[in-house]
Amino acid sequence: MTPEPDVLRRLRHDGDGSISAIGRLHERLIEAASSHDLLDVAYRVLDTPVGPLLLAATPAGLVRIAFTDQGHDAVLDDLARRVSPRVLHAPSRLDPAARQLHEYFSGRRRRFDLPLDLQLAHGFRRLVLDWLTDLDYGSTASYAAVAAAIGKPKAVRAVGTACATNPVPVVVPCHRVVRSDGGAGGYVGGLETKHVLLALEAGARP
Amino acid sequence: MAPRGGASPTGVRGTPIVSLPPFEAVVVEHGPVVLRVCRAVVGPHDADDVWSETFLAALGAYPRLAPDSNVRGWLATIAHRKGIDWIRSRNRAPLAVARVPDHPGPTAEPALRDDALWRAVAALPTKQRGAVLYHYVADLPYAEVGQLIGSSEAAARRAASDGLRTLRSTVNRERP
Repeated sequence: MTPEPDVLRRLRHDGDGSISAIGRLHERLIEAASSHDLLDVAYRVLDTPVGPLLLAATPAGLVRIAFTDQGHDAVLDDLARRVSPRVLHAPSRLDPAARQLHEYFSGRRRRFDLPLDLQLAHGFRRLVLDWLTDLDYGSTASYAAVAAAIGKPKAVRAVGTACATNPVPVVVPCHRVVRSDGGAGGYVGGLETKHVLLALEAGARP
Repeated sequence: MAPRGGASPTGVRGTPIVSLPPFEAVVVEHGPVVLRVCRAVVGPHDADDVWSETFLAALGAYPRLAPDSNVRGWLATIAHRKGIDWIRSRNRAPLAVARVPDHPGPTAEPALRDDALWRAVAALPTKQRGAVLYHYVADLPYAEVGQLIGSSEAAARRAASDGLRTLRSTVNRERP
């Protein structure tokens, strides 16, 4: 016997009310996940002068910043694989980072004061990022100078690789590392973005 | 070299070849269907609480889920169990929809307004209710419906068909 089409349709009815219910329930889930220590990776997207940035944080701190060219979905998949699949869209968890980045891009912040989780960088790459964290706003250093500063003067190319794989660009300022001959070198967010950041920092100098 | 028993395949750096998507994608893709299942099991008023418990439990267990699992079936199973727990903890029959007000206010969600139908769903025998929910609402194939309600595939198919027939006659009787 053919089922009553009306009953089937009503069973499967999922009007706008259900969609708004999911939005509300999602917020509840974020709160519950957070209080049960199950929000391993929170993320949001922030609009900036260099395009939408994906920001992701663990309870330990900011773990990832990604440019659109890197593919936000691919980066989230990577976080799910390398950090934890408990990845949720939780914008409020990124409020401090979003606020400081906004201040930075409007020329009102010269130094980030955010907890960082650098678990995605190991060994030599981690050493490079630690050193870069103290590289002042508006200044630059050559790849060779960074290599020398951390006691591996021959590891110039490895410094380039460390910059190219920086999990938290902008906040850890790998854009301040340039070529010895004055060229900009490469950048994880594209060369144009590197020029924008360097110009921003040059222009905002007192 | 002998194969490692039970080990999942790994890539060159030891990361799984097949990996779980971010949990956010699971919420977006399956959240609405699971809510409909929850509404049908415990009624619209308690469905939000059961949905929340379901997804919190799922989030906790998610890293241990095999990447090639049927995620919707897995969630439906958790929702089913959480719904039963909820009903037991309240020490009342699954006819929770009886608490639905006769005249929903203007702010009630459209999906909650079909009280007659969901009251009829709640009144179905357990296996028929499960079969209708998991097949017609959660889109699970009969083989998986059978596993959830403890029946064979053929029995699950019959239960869904019987349940739908009952729904039709009940609803038509309530709305002459």
